Amino acid sequence: MQFDRRELMKLLGLGGVVLGSGLPGFSLAASKGKPPEDFMFLQLSDSHWGFSGPPNPEADKTLKETVQAVNASKLKPDFIVFTGDLTHTTDDDALRRKRMTEFKAIVSELKVPKVYFLPGEHDASLDKGQAYQENFGALHQSFVHKGVHFIAVDNVSDPQGAVGDTQIDWLKSELGKLDKDAPIVVLTHRPLFDLAPAWDWATADGAKVLSVLEPYQHLTVFYGHIHQENHRTTGHINHHSAKSLMFPLPAPMSVPKKAPVAWDPQHPARGLGYREIDLKDKGKAVTLEEYDVKGGRV
Amino acid sequence: MRGVVIGVALGLLLELTGRVLAAESSPPRVIKMTAKKFEYSPSEVHIRKGEHVVLELTSLDRKHGFKLPELGIRADVPPGGTARVEVTAEKAGRFPFACDVFCGDGHEDMTGTLVVDP
Repeated sequence: MQFDRRELMKLLGLGGVVLGSGLPGFSLAASKGKPPEDFMFLQLSDSHWGFSGPPNPEADKTLKETVQAVNASKLKPDFIVFTGDLTHTTDDDALRRKRMTEFKAIVSELKVPKVYFLPGEHDASLDKGQAYQENFGALHQSFVHKGVHFIAVDNVSDPQGAVGDTQIDWLKSELGKLDKDAPIVVLTHRPLFDLAPAWDWATADGAKVLSVLEPYQHLTVFYGHIHQENHRTTGHINHHSAKSLMFPLPAPMSVPKKAPVAWDPQHPARGLGYREIDLKDKGKAVTLEEYDVKGGRV
Repeated sequence: MRGVVIGVALGLLLELTGRVLAAESSPPRVIKMTAKKFEYSPSEVHIRKGEHVVLELTSLDRKHGFKLPELGIRADVPPGGTARVEVTAEKAGRFPFACDVFCGDGHEDMTGTLVVDP
């Protein structure tokens, strides 16, 4: 399968693109059945539909423009996954549901075979996921796509950001069906490891979840929540966060108080595009390259 | 003369020991704090290095959390209730704390700093 780099970069600008053959263990899945089949999916995250404020004066446009950009692309991903904070929270239950309805209407325009959703704390923490389930279905789920096992873990419907023993038992059950070398993608909203607990960038019982994931040799985690690209490894597991579609946040613990990065009218897409990160020397040497959502270098 | 020196030394020792015992047995300083959407008050708390204090947190509206990860401290602050958190800081510095029970639009702003002065 040939990919045009410019098209690929355009898609990267909307979130994170993952090539199925690039996932650890993918060839193992293919070798046991049909020949390897590449596929691509998009991870979009933290659209915070309903947010308004100086961090994004175009808050009512960004998600719609993203949908248009995906549809205008020549490349068609197999599916899209939204890793939480689809909507921006409010204490007003009716307004929260209205935002969910509006969000669903906007993303229903996406011309892709399938869209998967995960909850974020803004969608699900205030009512333990009630409104989310009414609009988007299960809080956690699993599915298989072309030999890769996807497991979406809910670490937000508990307001304290825990997965909880009941769901961990379910996770053990799902993983128990798989070989230790099976290719697995875990999707979450919050990081499963302690990225920055003082900024609430962690999962309360994340260590317990990681101990369940650890035996699986080809497992990758994709998450949102922190509104920026970030790449970390715990043990042998790689964790990749996606940028937001509403406003960027500063690097973990880089400023005394966490707050959205200010909107720059000279560079209105800054922080909502993508960042190319090259890791060398076993991750010790990191080089970054920034792009805006249209694929131009910043 | 030798007896006088020993007597003075013993006296000083007893006085110092008394001060230490008094310090150890005195109740910890209580620092009252409130928690409400979306702030702690005060949001910056000062204590001295080695001082043993109790943070007494009262919620004025709903359930909040208090998490001070660098000192391994977390507590629930129940609605209308009070949580008591004992703190003894062994090193000087600034230690951020935050609400870790999602409480709405503005939850992310509910943070503060424990400042341990040298």
